[in-house]
Amino acid sequence: MSAVPNDTPLADSAALLEASGLVKHFGPVVALRSADLRVRGGEIHALMGANGAGKSTLVKILTGALTADAGTITLGGRNRSFRSTSEARGAGLICVYQDPSLLPDLTVLQNLKLTATPITAFRRYLIELGLGGFDLQTMPRELARPTLSLLDLARALAIEPRLLLLDEITASLPADLTVRVFNVARQVRAEGRSVIFISHRLAEVSALCDRATVLRDGKTVGVVEPAQGGEERIVKLMLGPVADEVAAEAASPSAPATGAVAVEVRDLKAGILTDVTFTLRYGEVLGVAALEGQGQQELFDCLAGVRRSESGQIMVGGKTRTFRHPADAIRAGLVLIPADRLQALLRQRSVRENIALPLVNRISRWGPINTRREKRRVEKAVKRLQIDTRVQSEVRRLSGGNQQKVGIARWLVGGFQTLLCFDPTRGIDIGTKRQIYGLIKELAAGGSAVLLFTSELPEIQLACNRVIVLFGGRLVDEMPAAEADEKALLRAAHGLPAEADAEQEA
Amino acid sequence: MSVRVVSAVRLVQQRSIVVLIALLVALAGLIEIIRPGAVNASWVSNILEFAAPLGILAAGQTLVVITGGIDLSVANVATAAAYIMASQAPYGVTRAIVAGLLVGVVVGLVNGVGVAVFRVQPLIMTLAMGLVVTGSLNVYSQAAIRSVPGVPAVIHALGSGTVLGYVPVSLFLWAPLAVLLILGLRGTGFGRLLYALGDNLEATRLAGVRAWQVLLANYAACGLLSAVAGLVLSGTVNAADLSLATVLLLPSVAAVVIGGTSIFGGSGSYSGTIVGALILTVLNSVLTLLDVPDAVKQVLYGAIIVILAAAYTRVLGHD
Repeated sequence: MSAVPNDTPLADSAALLEASGLVKHFGPVVALRSADLRVRGGEIHALMGANGAGKSTLVKILTGALTADAGTITLGGRNRSFRSTSEARGAGLICVYQDPSLLPDLTVLQNLKLTATPITAFRRYLIELGLGGFDLQTMPRELARPTLSLLDLARALAIEPRLLLLDEITASLPADLTVRVFNVARQVRAEGRSVIFISHRLAEVSALCDRATVLRDGKTVGVVEPAQGGEERIVKLMLGPVADEVAAEAASPSAPATGAVAVEVRDLKAGILTDVTFTLRYGEVLGVAALEGQGQQELFDCLAGVRRSESGQIMVGGKTRTFRHPADAIRAGLVLIPADRLQALLRQRSVRENIALPLVNRISRWGPINTRREKRRVEKAVKRLQIDTRVQSEVRRLSGGNQQKVGIARWLVGGFQTLLCFDPTRGIDIGTKRQIYGLIKELAAGGSAVLLFTSELPEIQLACNRVIVLFGGRLVDEMPAAEADEKALLRAAHGLPAEADAEQEA
Repeated sequence: MSVRVVSAVRLVQQRSIVVLIALLVALAGLIEIIRPGAVNASWVSNILEFAAPLGILAAGQTLVVITGGIDLSVANVATAAAYIMASQAPYGVTRAIVAGLLVGVVVGLVNGVGVAVFRVQPLIMTLAMGLVVTGSLNVYSQAAIRSVPGVPAVIHALGSGTVLGYVPVSLFLWAPLAVLLILGLRGTGFGRLLYALGDNLEATRLAGVRAWQVLLANYAACGLLSAVAGLVLSGTVNAADLSLATVLLLPSVAAVVIGGTSIFGGSGSYSGTIVGALILTVLNSVLTLLDVPDAVKQVLYGAIIVILAAAYTRVLGHD
């Protein structure tokens, strides 16, 4: 424990929950290396960490959904290890997740009975959450997502838990409802009980939480008091030693490229996507910035031949193309790296077969395979991407980052002119992220065109030359990467005018 | 788990074929114990002769199961191919054989169109086609044929002749076919694509593969192999009646599953299926030797398949 810098070095006799040295492996993948967490009674404690840092694994271990390979958990001074979520619930530990968990086809009342939830207590918390007049005969199916989240929270509160875990519950809540959740959490604290709060939003954490435990790569790297200007420290701890490098890279974004036009999209319409027009040049990485569900999926699907556009044109090399099948797009040089790696990979097959798949994608290639040549090409790609092939036999045994690399290596072998990367770094650790962005830049420098959507706005500047912003299915803004800091992108992605314009209007 | 158990499990995982062969040898040993001297060259010859039609039928089944499908029309196709071959025999052996094989290819293509183009569930598509084939065959037999047709001498020799006293003639067809399939699955683009489709259809499409082409060709190949199996079988039993291969439908699936091919697709091999077909044939021989009634035979048959399938999920983690 001495390795963990603690801003408040108290001998915690008041610790309600104490988890130390938690380890969890999934096959060769280490989800938790050594996680420590100490929550006092009457405290709101934040759990922070980048994607893949191990937060969700830790939460699942605390609530009995998973069991740790090593480490101890004590609750109220007693050694505990929960084998199921109901056991954890019985001990007063309950978690409310981002995705609502009420069964959609039972009434709310039936749902409550199913989980043996005290109705009067549930009603009381509903009133506190501002849902006083709620009809318990309603079907969850008919309710909006934020309401469902509040019902979930009330249901958890109704069993009067000693420790309440809120896993990104505010992610789907509008601001006014977030305030109500905060008030209830503070009330729980006032009663001497504790809350573990998980959120990506630093502002929420510093407004609500007493202390924050930061995880990085499956390890607890620090405990911080966010209110006293601890935000910067949290960010530093979350990113680790690479944070400065990333900041440096982001400070010098690439200039717009001037290569020939690779792909020209004109008035493209598909689903929510409406009249989108832009050009993508060889030698450039064009970023796509958008909040969830603004048409970026439709855009990438159309370009990759996964779905057909309703109207508009896609021109490659000056010629209009119709993509009826991914094979058509691939022939035209456009290849897709999807966000969900498993969508693109053959889980039971070897790394080699996965990478070599495009080499057999035509009838003319159904014949005997030249194994030596294939092996050479695959090995070259594996080397270039530094894929960890200790567990060669099946792709499903690789870590997420290595799986994504296999998905990219496939096209280094298969050949392409335009790479369509749809959130390629989702759920990938920062080290691998840097490698992937490095590779993307390198490919563009080598003359390829890259269209890159990432759900993490700060990453746009890491790799892109230029950014287009989608909002409500329309292309609302375009800017060089140098201007595309997180603030500018966030404004644009919310459909707000750039700051300078806003000032002029005012 | 102790180190020894772990390494044993690993051996089984990597070399499940070794375990299957051990099982085969154990069954042969059982026969030798029950009746000393029974396991000799002519016994081996007999086993190979009876395993050949099943092995070839299960070859087609293996191809389809690897893609995550199943073909429940293989036995009906084999029966129809043999029957039509026999009924065409008076017009020349070549014409008869071509007609028989054509039945297989046509039914296979129809299966392929249904599964690959119209996206009908393979189980439903091939079950329905099996009924269509059997029904059509009944109509054909009533309309065109006066009596159960005889099997041409060439086919009879193929199905039950031997060379040098012990080597079944059908082995000269089955062995090259087996080599072709084993190498083809491992070392050709088509083979790769079968595994790829069985593992993840969507991913294979995203890699630019037009899945329907592969599936269509594959179901046609399965139909052709079923027809070949039907012809060989009619030679073995020297008859081509309307229920010739019906009993081989479940064994064709069983041989594939016993051979370690995942019923969900994406992994497996024909070498496993061959051993599976041999195990089933030897098992049949053991049960016959013990004079077990047919009903008990079926119970044991079913039980063994369940046990092996369960062992695969446990040990090999086929999910």
